[in-house]
Amino acid sequence: MAAAKPAPILAVRDLVKNYGPVRAVRGISFDVRRDCCFGLLGPNGAGKTTTVEIIEGVTPATSGEVLYQGKPAGAAFRQDAGVQFQTAALQDFITVRETLEMFHRLYRHRADLGQVISDCALDKLEKRDNRKLSGGQRQRLLLGIALVNDPKILFLDEPTTGMDPQARRNFWELVERIRARGKTIVLTTHYMEEAQTLCDEIVIMNEGEIITQGAPEQLLKAHYKAIILELPESDLAEMPPEFPFPSYRRNGLVEIHADDANEAITRLSRAGAPLGRLNIRPYRLEDLFLDLTGKELRP
Amino acid sequence: MIQRIFAILHARNLEFLRDRATLGWNVAMPLLLVAGMAAIFSGGDRSEYKVALIQAEAQAAAPAHPFLETRYFDFIPMERGEALDRVANHQLDLAIDFGAGAYWINPESPGGYFAERLLQSSSKDGEWIREPASGDPISYVDWLIPGILGMNIMFSCLFGVGYVVVRYRKNGFLKRLKATPLRPVEFMAAQILSRLMLAIFVTLLLYGATRLLLDIRMEGSGLALFLVAVLASISLVSIGLAMAARVTSEELAGGLLNLVTWPMMLLSGVWFSLAGAPQWVQQLSNIFPLTHALTAARDIMLYGAGLGDVLPQLLILAGTTAVFLTIGATMFRWRSA
Ligand SMILES: Nc1ncnc2c1ncn2[C@@H]1O[C@H](COP(=O)(O)OP(=O)(O)OP(=O)(O)O)[C@@H](O)[C@H]1O
Ligand SMILES: [Mg+2]
Repeated sequence: MAAAKPAPILAVRDLVKNYGPVRAVRGISFDVRRDCCFGLLGPNGAGKTTTVEIIEGVTPATSGEVLYQGKPAGAAFRQDAGVQFQTAALQDFITVRETLEMFHRLYRHRADLGQVISDCALDKLEKRDNRKLSGGQRQRLLLGIALVNDPKILFLDEPTTGMDPQARRNFWELVERIRARGKTIVLTTHYMEEAQTLCDEIVIMNEGEIITQGAPEQLLKAHYKAIILELPESDLAEMPPEFPFPSYRRNGLVEIHADDANEAITRLSRAGAPLGRLNIRPYRLEDLFLDLTGKELRP
Repeated sequence: MIQRIFAILHARNLEFLRDRATLGWNVAMPLLLVAGMAAIFSGGDRSEYKVALIQAEAQAAAPAHPFLETRYFDFIPMERGEALDRVANHQLDLAIDFGAGAYWINPESPGGYFAERLLQSSSKDGEWIREPASGDPISYVDWLIPGILGMNIMFSCLFGVGYVVVRYRKNGFLKRLKATPLRPVEFMAAQILSRLMLAIFVTLLLYGATRLLLDIRMEGSGLALFLVAVLASISLVSIGLAMAARVTSEELAGGLLNLVTWPMMLLSGVWFSLAGAPQWVQQLSNIFPLTHALTAARDIMLYGAGLGDVLPQLLILAGTTAVFLTIGATMFRWRSA
């Protein structure tokens, strides 16, 4: 008998969504473990937003099912879930605090509103009209709304798009704190660094299908035995003859994917290439993403 | 549930009250309308003479009386009781019962005096028994004001609610609400309450203004009138919600709402009485809640009806509400695609 696996908090089964002829989601299945930060990655139009909106119960699926704690997601799920949409309109003429208060009152189980406000760094904006927020401030308000019910499971659809680097780091810290309180998080993002920092498990989607799934570290280990050497293109006009490793030119850099770094460096120096600006790095999620989807990232 | 309704209601009210331009328009427009009415109708004259024919069917068989040939006279078949009331308050100039050989006249009405002279001159001596019927005059303004108040409620409830819901749906606010425990009925209840508060507030304001400026008649029960206004508002908001249940464009919503409001404005008896209109028009007008609301309001304000007298109309308004709320709740969609 296999060891009893803890039941997933969320299970997605054979989800399909067609918008007329557009097959946005093409029969995907995955489980989200309790207390896990689950990342949904993929290029523009991959079907990430469609997938999370079906889970949230906001978009009807063409077929397939979503189970929350083993049962079809329904009223209990809506009480427990916190949702931050990629884009969401709010009421005009209402302040940040009033907006939070309104959503707060819709739930049975409620978070401490003062805590939510300080978590999302909205203290100084409480009395500001919704419409007068900057892009990043608005993202923080949308996050605040997602937290008013102290959710057991939190959905974040590209939460840091439009945030400055400082706000993004603060946001990551906040997500870590929320996780530490035993919450489950489902996150979609275009930022591989974000996914690598926050997520225990990721799914990479492309054209409505899952192309790979697992813990970031394991995925990298499974896909790459090699290491990456980077040199500025100007230092290496052309590759030495009979160079045994594949190389790519991207963004002014030559990337050499070498499973034997010593061998690669020896050959480069023998060919007389200046190595003063050589950079050696492990594979990152970004490399995997590019290799698998064949698409450039556009945050 | 109540808490959720109030959360939405409160936020909606804040939004509305702070939207000064829209608020101003909602209050100022009807006030301007009433002021215009006051200016136009303070003279209170009219061009046609109106004569009620009691037991008109019996008369139809007999050869036409020469008086019925008189030009610029409008002859309206009517029940005896109603006819006498209207003669008493100057809405009719004369009521004639050919069967009984009697006519009723308000001795203080100038129109009545004139109509009587004409009747006498086209009749034999001693043909008629003269019966006096007296009371305060009801002017056209007295009659019109309930219509104006009702029409204002209609526009406010239908367009106000319809457009807001469509805008919320179009910009995705409703979609955001769908991800919360809020249910469609709760959302709808909050919209009804919010609009009801506004409509009643404006109506009270207008009612006060017309009493003050135009000294309009109010014979019956204030409570009954208030209930009529409340139920009329709710039933009209329900229609607005049903119309806006899944529409996602303001243009389409506007078209649908116009489709409902224009016939109501013309056929519910806002501007002129349908008493003289063809039978089918009168029957058609009965499908509009506004018709019943106005009948009730006029019965109360002009003829002193009480709560019991307007119960049938109140029940009809409640029934309309139930029907359209059910339709609205069944058809309701949060999102636009
Ligand atoms: N309402 C809709 N009607 C028709 N097609 C739609 C609709 N919503 C999404 N699509 C299509 O479905 C596909 C998936 O869209 P989705 O929004 O899920 O992508 P995404 O992965 O979230 O992309 P992004 O990274 O740009 O947010 C796209 O091709 C999109 O054009
Ligand atoms: Mg998206």
